[in-house]
Amino acid sequence: MFIAKAFSIPDKWKVFSRRTLQEVTKLGVDSIPLVIVISVFIGAVCTIQMKLNTSNPLMPAYSVGLATRDIVLLEFSNSILCLILAGKVGSNIASEIGTMRVTEQIDALEIMGVNSVNYLVLPKIVAFVGFMPVLSVFCIGTSILGGYLVTIFTDLISTARYTYGIQAFFNEWYVWYGLIKSLVFAYIIASVASFFGYYVKGGALQVGKASTNAVVSSSILILLFDVILTKVLLQ
Amino acid sequence: MIEVKNLTKSFDGKTILHDVSATFYTGKTNLIIGQSGSGKTVLMKSIVGLVTPEQGEILYDNRDFLKMNPRQVKELRKEIGMLFQGSALFDSETVLGNVMFPLTMFTSMTRGEILDRARFCLERVNLQGAEKKYPSEISGGMQKRVAIARAIALNPKYLFCDEPNSGLDPRTSILIDELLHDITHEYGITTIINTHDMNSVLGIGENIIFINKGHREWVGDKERIFTTTNEALNDFVFATRLFQKVKHYIISEGHKEK
Repeated sequence: MFIAKAFSIPDKWKVFSRRTLQEVTKLGVDSIPLVIVISVFIGAVCTIQMKLNTSNPLMPAYSVGLATRDIVLLEFSNSILCLILAGKVGSNIASEIGTMRVTEQIDALEIMGVNSVNYLVLPKIVAFVGFMPVLSVFCIGTSILGGYLVTIFTDLISTARYTYGIQAFFNEWYVWYGLIKSLVFAYIIASVASFFGYYVKGGALQVGKASTNAVVSSSILILLFDVILTKVLLQ
Repeated sequence: MIEVKNLTKSFDGKTILHDVSATFYTGKTNLIIGQSGSGKTVLMKSIVGLVTPEQGEILYDNRDFLKMNPRQVKELRKEIGMLFQGSALFDSETVLGNVMFPLTMFTSMTRGEILDRARFCLERVNLQGAEKKYPSEISGGMQKRVAIARAIALNPKYLFCDEPNSGLDPRTSILIDELLHDITHEYGITTIINTHDMNSVLGIGENIIFINKGHREWVGDKERIFTTTNEALNDFVFATRLFQKVKHYIISEGHKEK
């Protein structure tokens, strides 16, 4: 019912476009710094861990770059990134809509005859799902850059072997697989957080609880769908 | 005119409104008064459709609200303006943006026309100069005035005000009351005000409906309220010493005139 109302035709396309652009900025563009910082460090840590834990002489040195790339493509740039964004974006959405609910702003929209679910939720879902591939690509690029920086500032692995590993045995499907997962997870984050925010009853305390519940629920759903999508898309 | 007939509403098995009937007249300030928890907010929310009653009729100029389909309800909502207790202004919009909102959503006016209309509404509530401020940057009284400007932007036929004076100082409360009274008469609106502010009752109460424990106990106007024999209404309206003195003064003056 909630999702059906959210996906009904907007009252005014011009207003919907303007709101969607605002949400792209708020939920997407504003998340780029966080994505970059986390990705650089995780990429660097992945590279160091791979080197330190694969000391088998039979394994080629470039396997560090290869493993880092595949970890980033298969899990980090989608599942782990979305778990992190569930905290930032999910709590933002739930608290914003929840506050609008307890301060009667949603009632005001309804009284005016505005489909409040559609007006508030659809731009958030469209904006976040639409911008998620951009965040995912940023994450992939900066994670690999993080590993590259390790090769420059330490002597754990040579830059040439790392860059060779990054390009070796590249499977294009892994990129699509990661992007498909990130789209599904972005939808889960935006819709679950909106749902929890929209149905808040009470005051500030309940808005906080709704925000927490939104993050916990969307994180669990992300993990569940991670298993399902991995099974479906990689087998 | 809005007529409510035999309205009943319960929450979790507890009946909040018992068979309430009332008439709210066009061009008059209609007040719903009653103690906290008496059911007056539920009555107002039922009339505007935020709460669905179990039984009864709500007639907007003989149009049965509870029998309307979603499209008819949407059309009717364009004729309704509402002022919420906490103003309910959109935090992310400026004062001007808040007033422009219903015009942008529901009219095909050009941006210039929308701006003109929004500025006119802000001038009507004496808020010129605050256009670019955000709701968090203005006082509670100003927020109420912005909410009134937003509520009248689409020239509503029906204006609902849920405790418009809550949280305001007496002087600002009187200004808001006078503004609502003037707008009601100027545009011929059916205005329904939910209040327990006795200054409002005695100042602008042209049609007063007293709700007590979910029942409609009394109907009258601000003159008749001084001579009422309804015990619950007397206890509610003349609860303070000041209003008791006012009542005695007005009654004694009335006897002298006779």
